[in-house]
Formats: sequence, structure tokens, C-alpha cells
Amino acid sequence: MKPTDQTPPPAASFWNDTGRSGITAWLFSTDHKRIGLLYFFSVFGFFLVGVVLGLLLRIELMAPGRTIMGPQTYNALFTVHGVVMVFLFIIPGFQGSFGNLIMPIQIGARDVAFPRLNLFSWWLYMGGAAIILTSLFTGGGPPDTGWTFYLPFSSRTGTNVSLAVFGVFIVGFSSIATGVNFVTTIHRLRAEGMTWGRLPLFVWSLYATAWVQILATPILGITLVLIIAERLLGTGLFDPSRGGDPLMYQHLFWIYSHPAVYIMILPAMGVISDIIPVFARKPIFGYKMIAFSSLAIAAAGSLVWGHHMFTSGMSDTAILVFSFLTFVVAIPSAIKVFNWVSTLYRGSISLEAPMLFSLSFILLFSIGGLTGLIQGAAATDIHVHDTQFVVGHFHYVIFGGSGFAFFAAMHYWLPKFYGRRYAEKPAIIAWALMFVGFNILYFSMIVLGLEGMPRRYYDYLPEFAPLNLLSTIGSWILAAGLVLLLVNLFRGLRSGERVGSNPWGGATLEWSIPTPPPTENFEEEPVVSHGPYDFRGAGIP
Amino acid sequence: MSHPTRKDHAGAKLGMWLFLFTELLLFGGLFLLYGTYLARYPREFAAAGREMHLGFGTANTVILITSSLMAAMAVTAIQRNGRRQVVYLLGGTVLCGAVFLFNKYLEWSAEIGRGIYPGSPRLAAGPPGESVFYSLYYLTVGLHGLHVLIGGTLLTVVAARVGRGTIHAGDFAWLENGALYWHLVDLVWIFIFPLYYLVL
Repeated sequence: MKPTDQTPPPAASFWNDTGRSGITAWLFSTDHKRIGLLYFFSVFGFFLVGVVLGLLLRIELMAPGRTIMGPQTYNALFTVHGVVMVFLFIIPGFQGSFGNLIMPIQIGARDVAFPRLNLFSWWLYMGGAAIILTSLFTGGGPPDTGWTFYLPFSSRTGTNVSLAVFGVFIVGFSSIATGVNFVTTIHRLRAEGMTWGRLPLFVWSLYATAWVQILATPILGITLVLIIAERLLGTGLFDPSRGGDPLMYQHLFWIYSHPAVYIMILPAMGVISDIIPVFARKPIFGYKMIAFSSLAIAAAGSLVWGHHMFTSGMSDTAILVFSFLTFVVAIPSAIKVFNWVSTLYRGSISLEAPMLFSLSFILLFSIGGLTGLIQGAAATDIHVHDTQFVVGHFHYVIFGGSGFAFFAAMHYWLPKFYGRRYAEKPAIIAWALMFVGFNILYFSMIVLGLEGMPRRYYDYLPEFAPLNLLSTIGSWILAAGLVLLLVNLFRGLRSGERVGSNPWGGATLEWSIPTPPPTENFEEEPVVSHGPYDFRGAGIP
Repeated sequence: MSHPTRKDHAGAKLGMWLFLFTELLLFGGLFLLYGTYLARYPREFAAAGREMHLGFGTANTVILITSSLMAAMAVTAIQRNGRRQVVYLLGGTVLCGAVFLFNKYLEWSAEIGRGIYPGSPRLAAGPPGESVFYSLYYLTVGLHGLHVLIGGTLLTVVAARVGRGTIHAGDFAWLENGALYWHLVDLVWIFIFPLYYLVL
């Protein structure tokens, strides 16, 4: 797939058409593409911060005993790593960046339903992030509770929990604003002929995700308010000595935070569903089931939060019910995996960087999903609960899954907005390094967890030393791959080969408009006459 | 944007309804705690509930329902081009909100005077269920009061815009959404009132 169109970008692209000047043309723009890029660079910046923190954690665990930091610093670092990665990178990541960049174009709209709310949600996100960052350097220092802020410890620690929690609360508002905006946009602004059955699967996944954001985030909001009230007013609602119950905190927290996992993974699945047919040169297999399974995951995934609490002292009945429901979620997830594999079957597969990241997504997500079932089964969960196994599992799903899908999306869609592309060979080397490093890093953790190494300790017994060293070496290989990926991608976007309107041969609407897209996306309102993966209908050979 | 944005009244309302769901769920967390702790401490909750000022609660319920009626009438009035009426009705709504908050101030002062507030020595000495009840009461009613304040501010802005004529019979999505928000504030109180003042 060589770019066919060598003409320079048209002058009317969203890069140069603007009423304002300088930096304000970006910071106060209501154009979904500019907001998407603002989001992209902010979330990706925080991702890199999280990566550095993660690398430091791995260096500490390289050898038993104190390596580069003491226990308090270690506790603070894994807390901040979690907060930054979860609340500042992966939850807002897809919706904010690629959701904003791509979704309005894919449904044939000029913009989202509420462009000013869209800009406001980015400002809320940045405000919340600024508050979280402030909390690290003021008061009693960075929070040391873990990203879950479990009570009663979080009401007693002297670290700056209140401010950090308030920052997360503000970021939550931004997430709700995006959710409301996207559901309204997808309902109201689809172009003529863009029926629900013709929505690209990425849009379907954003739609399901937006509902989760709307229905789950408020519960996080009230939970965070309750932490602050507990600390400032001494309400005692979760303090056993005053009649409260810490388990109620865990319930409230996970009522949001389990569905939040689907906020992280569903759009990633949408990205994969869009990329695989294009690089297999075949219509997607089982379109309806993939769309439906997004909604099924969103619905069933909202009812499984108790599986985080099997060892907490919850009743056995509750454990059985939550365990059963957890297995139910595995069904729609597996439906997606089987449909992707069926799409590949007898396809004319071309292994370029977006496709390699997508294929490794399927493998890594499957490993993550299957290790998840080991924890979903109450009996085996007792053995692996709170061990490195959980850390390994979670990173397989969220980094190997969502993270790799994010890299796939970067290679697949960013050239559309820059008009230039990365070099293929270094991208593939970067992918290979990351894939190998990733598995060394996290598979070691899965084994360590099965052997009984607990998580969240800065020290460990000598018998865990070899695998920990191996895991740390894996983190360096992964980091090397990431650096290569970044250098290659951004150098390519600045001065790489020019691309035409449809470099990959995709059939969704974003490939039918000029590269980079004009400010209003479409010259005239499009009328859609074919499905998102109907390559023949779109006139693609 | 160079093109004028086309107004989508139905879209604006859909967005507002979605936002109202999130508000309901925000309070839902507190009601969930209320339900759980009521099941655990039925006797302490009943004892604490009897100490609430029924008079304040009832007066505030009547005040809020009246204010909601006026907000609904304002939405009808603007469709009949009664600009002055709309401003008066919204003014009445906001005034009711202010009276509600003033009542709340009197009620809370009386309770705090009797040593009832989160973390107070009196509650620390009493049975555990009682302090849970009052903590939940202060949090729920406090959060609701904050919403009254936000709703009042929103309706004041809307009233000013109706007065200037930027909200009119042809485009009153802002007024309708403001009124919807006010009804939510009312609705949440309709749950708070029986749970804390009446049923126990």
C-alpha cells in the first residue's frame, strides 16, 4: 500500500483555517480535530510520565532490599503511577484523542453535538491534572494509598490525599461531559444514510463506552467526595469504631472502577475492529455481533465489581453471584476475539505496523482475559489475590490490550491528520522490541504471583530475585522500543513521506475526505450508501 | 466555526437528560449507603429520625414544589411570548430557593446548637448508628443545598438572558434545560424529605 496521491495538502485544512492566532487558536478552539490533538498530546504526555514512574518501580524491584528508594517513596510512586496511568492516560485517552479526532468524521458530521462543552471537558481534564500534580509537591507529600484510595487508611495517612482525590473528582467531570457529548452526537448528528447498522465498529465501541462514562462516573464522584468528607469533617461513614463499614467504601469504589476498566478497553476493541478488516482486505466477520458485544460488555461489566473483593469478608452468596457474572462477561469478549480471527481467515493480510499492533492486541488481550478468569473464579482467586499475578494480569489487559491498540491507532490515524507518515521498517522494529519486552516484563510477574510474591512491597524474599531481574530487563527492552516508536512516528509526521486521502484503503468515511481534513470535514453533507467495511461499495480495489 | 451552528433543540434536551441521570446517580451513592445502614441500624435510625424538625422539612417541601411549579409555568409562558411573565416566574423560583436555603440555615444552626454535627462529642458518645445517620443527613442535604445554589444561579442567568431577549419563543432550550435542572433539585428533595423526616 503505497501512497498514491503526492499532491501537497490543500490550503483549507484544519491546520491553517482559524479565526484566532497563535496558541489561543488551539487552546480555545472548538474544532473537534484540534481538541482531539490537544487531548492526544496531554494524555500521551501523562503516559510518558507514568512510564518513567513504572521504570523506576522496576529498578527498585530489580534486586531484594533497598535498591534506589525506601518503602515510603515506593508506596508514593506506585500510587502516583496508578493515578496518572488510570485517570490521566487510559480513561480519557481513547475518547478524548481518537474519539474526538475520528468519531464525528466517521458518522459524517461537522463536529460533535456540543463543541463548547467538548473544549470545556479538555479544560476540566487539564485543571484536574494540574490539581493532582500540585498534590504531589504540597501538603504531606504524594499520596501513598494506592490508586484505589482504600479507607480507612486513606483517611488516616498524613499524605496529601484530599487534594489528589479532588483532582480526580474534577477529571471525572470531564469524563462525564465527554460521555454526554458523544451519546448525543451519535444519536443526533449521523449523516443521511448512516444508519445504526452502518456505524463503524469504533463508533459503536465509543457509544457503549460513553454510556459507561455517564452511568458509572457519578458513583466515583460521590465516593471521592466521601473520602474528602471523611478526612475533613470526620463523618465516620466508613469507620467501624463509629458504626461505619469500610466494605461499603470498597463497594462504592468498584461500582465505578470496574466498569472503568471497560472505559479503557472497549474503544481499544473498536480500534482493532476497524483496523483488522482494512489490513486483511476483507469485510469484518460478524459485524452485528461485535457491535452487540460492546453493549453487552458495557451492561454485564457494570454488575461484576464484587470480584475485586473476594477476600474482603463479603458473604459467600455475594461471592458466588459476582463470580458467575464475571464469567458471563467473558462471553461477549470471546465473541469479539473469535470474530477478529474469523475476519483474518483467508484474508489477504498485509503486516504493516498498525496491523502488527492489532494482532498482538488479540494475543495479549487473550492472555489478560484468561488470567482474569483465574481471578474471577473465587477459589483460585484466594491464591493469587494481592500478588504480582494481579499486576501482570492487569497490565496484559490494559497495556497489552488498550496500550497496544493506542499505538495501533497512532500509526493508523495520525498520518491522516498530519498528511505525512512514519517509516515502515523502524516502526516494525519498535513493535518487535515492545512485544518482546512486554512479555518478558509482565509474564515474569504472572509467574512470580503464582509463586506467592505479594504486590505493593518494595522488598521480597531472595527466591524471587531471578524473575524480578528478568522482569526489569524486560521493562528496558519495552522502553527502548517505545523510544524508537516515538522518534520514528513523530519524525515521520513532521517530515516523512506525504500520504493521500486513503493510504490504507479503508472504506470508512474518514478516508473519503482530503488529507489533512478541512475544518468542516466535508465539502458538502455526505450521503452514505455503503457499510463501513464494504470495500467494493466504496470503490476500493 | 465559520458556518453558523444550527440549533438542535432535541439534541440539547437529550444532553441535559443524560446529565440529569448522572446527577441522580451521584445522589444514588448516598441513598445506597442510607439503605445499607438503615438495614443495619433500624432502631438507631428511628430514634435519630424522630429528633428531626418536621416543621422545617415540611415548609421546605412546600416551598420547593411551589418553585418547581413556577419554573414549569415559565417554560409555558415563554412559548406564549410572555417575556415579562417569564422573568417574574423565574424570579419567584429563585426567591423560593433562597428561602429554602435560609430555612436550612436556621435548621442546621438549631441542630449544631444541640451538638449534632459530624464528629461532635455528643454523637461520639451516642450509639454508632446515630452518628452514621447524622453524617449521611448532613452530606446528603449539604450536597442538595449546593445543587439549590447552582440551580438558582443558573436560573438567574437564564432570567437575565430572557430579559435581554437572547432566549425567546423561537429558541428557549436554555430555559427548558434550566427548568429541568430545577425539577431535578426538587425531585431529589422529594426523596430526602420522607427518608430523613417522615418514615422513621
